[in-house]
Amino acid sequence: MRSRNFIYFAILLVLTMLLFLSDLAWGSITIPFREILDVFFGKGESINTEILLNFRLPKAITAILTGAALSVAGLMMQTLFRNPLAEPYILGVSSGASLGVALVTMASGFLPAILMNSGWAMILAAVIGGALVLLMVLGVSFRIQNAVSLLIVGIMFGTIAGSVVSVMQNFSNPDAIKLFIMWTFGSLSAVTWTYMQALLPIILLGLIMTMMLHKRLDVLLLGENYARGLGVSVIQTRFFIILATGLLAGGITAFTGPIAFVGVAIPHIARGIFKTSTHKILIPATMLCGASLLLVCDLISQMPSYTLPINTISSLFGAPIILWIILKKK
Amino acid sequence: MSSILNTHNLSIGYSKKKKKIVVQSDLNLELKAGELVCLIGQNGCGKSTLLRTLAGLQKPLYGKVLVDNQELDKIRIHEKARKLALVLTEKVDIENATVADIVRMGRQPYCNWWGSLSEADYGIVNEAIEMVHLEAKADCHLNELSDGERQRVMIAKALAQDTPLILLDEPTAHLDLPNRVEIMLLLHKLAHRTGKSVVISTHELDMALQAADRIWLMTKTDGIECGVPEDLVLQGHFHEAFQSKSYYFNSANGNFSMNYPMTKKVWVEGDKTRMYWTLRALARAGYMVVEEAEVVIKITPECWIINAVELKSVEELLTKLEGVV
Repeated sequence: MRSRNFIYFAILLVLTMLLFLSDLAWGSITIPFREILDVFFGKGESINTEILLNFRLPKAITAILTGAALSVAGLMMQTLFRNPLAEPYILGVSSGASLGVALVTMASGFLPAILMNSGWAMILAAVIGGALVLLMVLGVSFRIQNAVSLLIVGIMFGTIAGSVVSVMQNFSNPDAIKLFIMWTFGSLSAVTWTYMQALLPIILLGLIMTMMLHKRLDVLLLGENYARGLGVSVIQTRFFIILATGLLAGGITAFTGPIAFVGVAIPHIARGIFKTSTHKILIPATMLCGASLLLVCDLISQMPSYTLPINTISSLFGAPIILWIILKKK
Repeated sequence: MSSILNTHNLSIGYSKKKKKIVVQSDLNLELKAGELVCLIGQNGCGKSTLLRTLAGLQKPLYGKVLVDNQELDKIRIHEKARKLALVLTEKVDIENATVADIVRMGRQPYCNWWGSLSEADYGIVNEAIEMVHLEAKADCHLNELSDGERQRVMIAKALAQDTPLILLDEPTAHLDLPNRVEIMLLLHKLAHRTGKSVVISTHELDMALQAADRIWLMTKTDGIECGVPEDLVLQGHFHEAFQSKSYYFNSANGNFSMNYPMTKKVWVEGDKTRMYWTLRALARAGYMVVEEAEVVIKITPECWIINAVELKSVEELLTKLEGVV
């Protein structure tokens, strides 16, 4: 068992590295591997260096962070709600974020001018929107006994946020709507090195928190009463899970926009490969699978001659996986 | 023997909109080490509520629960997990989880945050799996098991938790008769062999009467009657607890008998083994068995005789009786 898992991890790790290098190499301009190595050793001088260091490298790192963060957040949600279709956005984080972004892009007339037309304005709005919804869900989580009601609370907050966004769209000019719609398509290239300095610590913190929770997540699979019987404080654990999910999904959404289906699909792929329910294995496995899948999506989206939004491609990958899960369950 | 669990003037129930709904009050129970206790009572009298309160899953309304002479509310949650283990009615269905995975979770209260198990932990896990006779299936996935086997997995998990007290809520519900008997026997053996105290809530009366060292008989109005099963039967407590128009508790055999309307009279004599089943058939068909009856059924090891006519089966006997009584 152990040696088999070890081999799978090795394969996944190599795969992720290869995809990472390919993501750096291929795109509207192909950069040979030699040149990539040269740049890393500080020898490159061409225009390609510029593309590589300031465009493709941060984008590839963002792809890895996004894949790992959203998938792990999805894994935690599926365990917490004991529902195979739960996902990181289920608590309304992305709806909150999109409400924030909608306010900035479409209701901008009401906001101070200093906040406008800077990338940080959107990010800040998304962070505040996502965090507010998350705080409300956290507040409710202390008062609610079972996790299913929490799920409904999250969905309701999401619906309210979504409706407010629709109302705003009704009163906005086409340019503002377009800006907002562009955000909802998601974009990995929005993360520059400046933003990376904020994103990276948030995601690393979220991932470390998740890893620390692995034992409690295992026990939660038995159900909340069994977990209590095994000495796990369910309310406290729920708090940490929601907090970690907020950091991971909220952080990513703020910087890249919503990216669908990664969170729900990847944990199932990881379970399918490793055939285990132990989170000590599932968490790193999910991270690696998520990172490689997002790198593949990014590779497709930056194919020469056309550019597709990443959210569309991840949906094209994710939706069939969900269908497959449902059919397999029968 | 020392007692592992005590309750002092315990009231159980629910808080609903700041109003306290008391289901049972002033319970003073005692559980000794190595004892198997069955908690029985009709649906809705508060069996599950009591069990959940004893398990610390819900707070007592008034009074105290003492485990190992410590007040349950004041024991820290991971400390509590080393004192009592639970087997609940919730169905556990975990994708990819093997029997060993689940039983290993029982060691959770003993390991560090990283969750690594020591050699000793693995030893305890294997021992627990052996005790419930699932060695051959240790690496099977949960969804490959029957309901009875799943229940044994959860019992093994509780055993691996290595607690002096195990509480089980309806462990034999949803199981067929052979599995029910096996689970009860297993729990009985465990209590006596390992010195653990076991509390089982159940409505399998006959099973409880045979397996339990003591019975906590719960009634809707008169609290809980505790005692050795036979004493409770002979003192007529069962009769009171399970009164109804359509059936009664038969102290003669420890079963429930239905109150059939008996109008016709017969008398039966002869072979002992066949007698029991003959009486059952007669009761169902509405015959009262009295000595002064005109019709006498003689039972021989081979047949039944009425008015010198030999009958080969109970069916023939009943048809014949319709003609003569």
